[in-house]
Amino acid sequence: MHNNLDINVHHITRVEGHGNIVVNVKEGKIEKLQWQVPEAPRFFEAMVRGHSYQDIQTIVSRICGICSITHSLAATKAVEAALGIKVSEQADKLRILMHYSEQLQSHTLHVGYLAAPDFFGTPSVVPLVARAADAVKTIVKAHRIANNWSDLIAGRTTHPVTLIPGGLTRTPTEKQLRQLQQTLKDAVPDLKKIAEVVLSVAANIPKFERPTEYVSLKQTTPPTYTFYHGGVTSNDNKGAVLPIEKWHDVANEYMVEQSTAKWAKWHRDAYAVGALARFNNNAELLSPMAKDAAKMFGLQKDCCNPYMNTVAQLVECFHIVETSIDLIDQLLVRGLKTEKVTSSPKAGKGAGCVEAPRGILFHEYEFDKNGKCVAADICIPTNQNHANIQKDFEKLLPEILDQSEKDIRLKLEMLVRAYDPCISCSTHFLDVQFVR
Amino acid sequence: MDRPRVAIFDFACCEGCQLQIVNLEEELLDLIDNVEVVEWREAMSEQSREYDIAIIEGSITRPEDEKRLEIIRTRAKTLIALGACATIGGINKLKNNFEMSDVKKCVYGKSADMPHLETMPTKAVDEVVKVDYKIHGCPIDRKEFTYVIRCLLMGKKPEIPEWPVCVECKSKGNPCLWDYGQVCLGPIIRAGCGARCPSSGFRCFGCRGYIDDPNVNGAKDVIERYGLSVDALKAKMVLFGIGQGPTNA
Repeated sequence: MHNNLDINVHHITRVEGHGNIVVNVKEGKIEKLQWQVPEAPRFFEAMVRGHSYQDIQTIVSRICGICSITHSLAATKAVEAALGIKVSEQADKLRILMHYSEQLQSHTLHVGYLAAPDFFGTPSVVPLVARAADAVKTIVKAHRIANNWSDLIAGRTTHPVTLIPGGLTRTPTEKQLRQLQQTLKDAVPDLKKIAEVVLSVAANIPKFERPTEYVSLKQTTPPTYTFYHGGVTSNDNKGAVLPIEKWHDVANEYMVEQSTAKWAKWHRDAYAVGALARFNNNAELLSPMAKDAAKMFGLQKDCCNPYMNTVAQLVECFHIVETSIDLIDQLLVRGLKTEKVTSSPKAGKGAGCVEAPRGILFHEYEFDKNGKCVAADICIPTNQNHANIQKDFEKLLPEILDQSEKDIRLKLEMLVRAYDPCISCSTHFLDVQFVR
Repeated sequence: MDRPRVAIFDFACCEGCQLQIVNLEEELLDLIDNVEVVEWREAMSEQSREYDIAIIEGSITRPEDEKRLEIIRTRAKTLIALGACATIGGINKLKNNFEMSDVKKCVYGKSADMPHLETMPTKAVDEVVKVDYKIHGCPIDRKEFTYVIRCLLMGKKPEIPEWPVCVECKSKGNPCLWDYGQVCLGPIIRAGCGARCPSSGFRCFGCRGYIDDPNVNGAKDVIERYGLSVDALKAKMVLFGIGQGPTNA
């Protein structure tokens, strides 16, 4: 047990954006324990004002490089809701396929490049190349497959250019979709290999539990493990699903001194979003291979170990690939048509919601009769996790205070990384400081 | 020759350009054999104060970030601005259309006066310190990044295109988006991206910045020919173009 402990992680590494962890223990008493977010605020909601409904997606995609497709989709859905624009079934399916590409891109990046070094006890993925060359190469390959997939459907791997209000600027060819489908089928053994490597070091995933509220999308018609359609639910909401328009009832945002990012609460003083939240609310709807992967790791519904979020992401990778193979079949059976997309300005207000790889994301815009944006409200998944990370810290630290400073620091950092935070997003994040 | 020490730093941005470096995949592993990456917060825990090449991503939006950048400049022999936020201020410059008090109030409401939310008009990296090389784009093009780094390793000066996007777009055989009623910035924006956006049927919105000597009159002629307004063009130019030169077309 430390009588005095001073940890100060300024700008935690291997996360997207800037965050700090500050621990100050004096005479066995925790005086200060904070998850701080000092990322430079970027003011997107202010910057979009005055811009055309056609340019919103291009601007807000830049909130985040890792989940740019997700931001673009949420914004485009919000614009379409505001202006009453309908989207064809083909465009809807292609958008879901585009969205899956980013989920796989982001999950493999997080599991393989950012979180895995902790399980192996290395400071980054670079030393891992020498220790586990095959595993690293398999991860690199899966990541590349996801990137090429985004390129095909979104026009680029980052900051998509094919998404416009009403549909897409271009339709992939049947041949391209068939090739993508074959690539995904061939990727299944690679995913299994990655899962086995992670399982071999899974004993290094800390055992820590704290029951909390898990918030995610839920789709009931037809019942789907959803990232794109549906309404909002949580384990505290007794199975009820809220329509997207009521998202302000869920994400009650507030400001705290320690963060440039906003915090959020719903039924309790904090809630969690992300792969574990989606899993806890929808696990029975996973694809067969994803269910097998969950079984491999002993991951079950109502899991409240936040470190298992990384495993839930891995489980979702199987779901994404298996479901996409099927989605491509659906598109090919219908036959691809070239669609001409037009839209016209109109006054209105609308909300759009999708699951980012790291949790549920809300966008809302209001436009004047000329289609110029007059107001915007964006609520990012990482912001919704900040309060929950702080509450996890408060339960975790007393439980591990008898461990070495190095281990305490590592477990706190690993906890933050497990949430796969995207701090650039949330400021619209991280650093650990220890004080002895 | 010793492998040059490279450090990557991020300021206000989406970190999408760093992601393009990660996205080099196998090629990144080769690159790491030829340089010594001494600091890269997004991807590794190692840190350093000694480096030959500093790569700066993001724009400068706070006084403390100006100071941090100045310190990095004093330590680096070569400084590279990476991506639109660093080279031209990028999307962050949209903020400069408003009073800072207004943008703070708009996003943070009654918490707007909290000291940690302080912000200043956005600056590109070369508005604060001397920049040796710029890698343009939002996000950067991966091939251009490796090209610039390869040139530096060989002691050569990288050649960045001095012609507009239209040149690359035409060479790909794309139909002109102006013919489809889109206000495309291809005629005045620096090439090097392979005309990625117009090739996907989406107008060029100018993320690589203006070419050094844009044919503004030519662009005006095109606007007139298609019966579109200068205002429509200005509205599109503003997305990535505030305060970066001839926006008075």
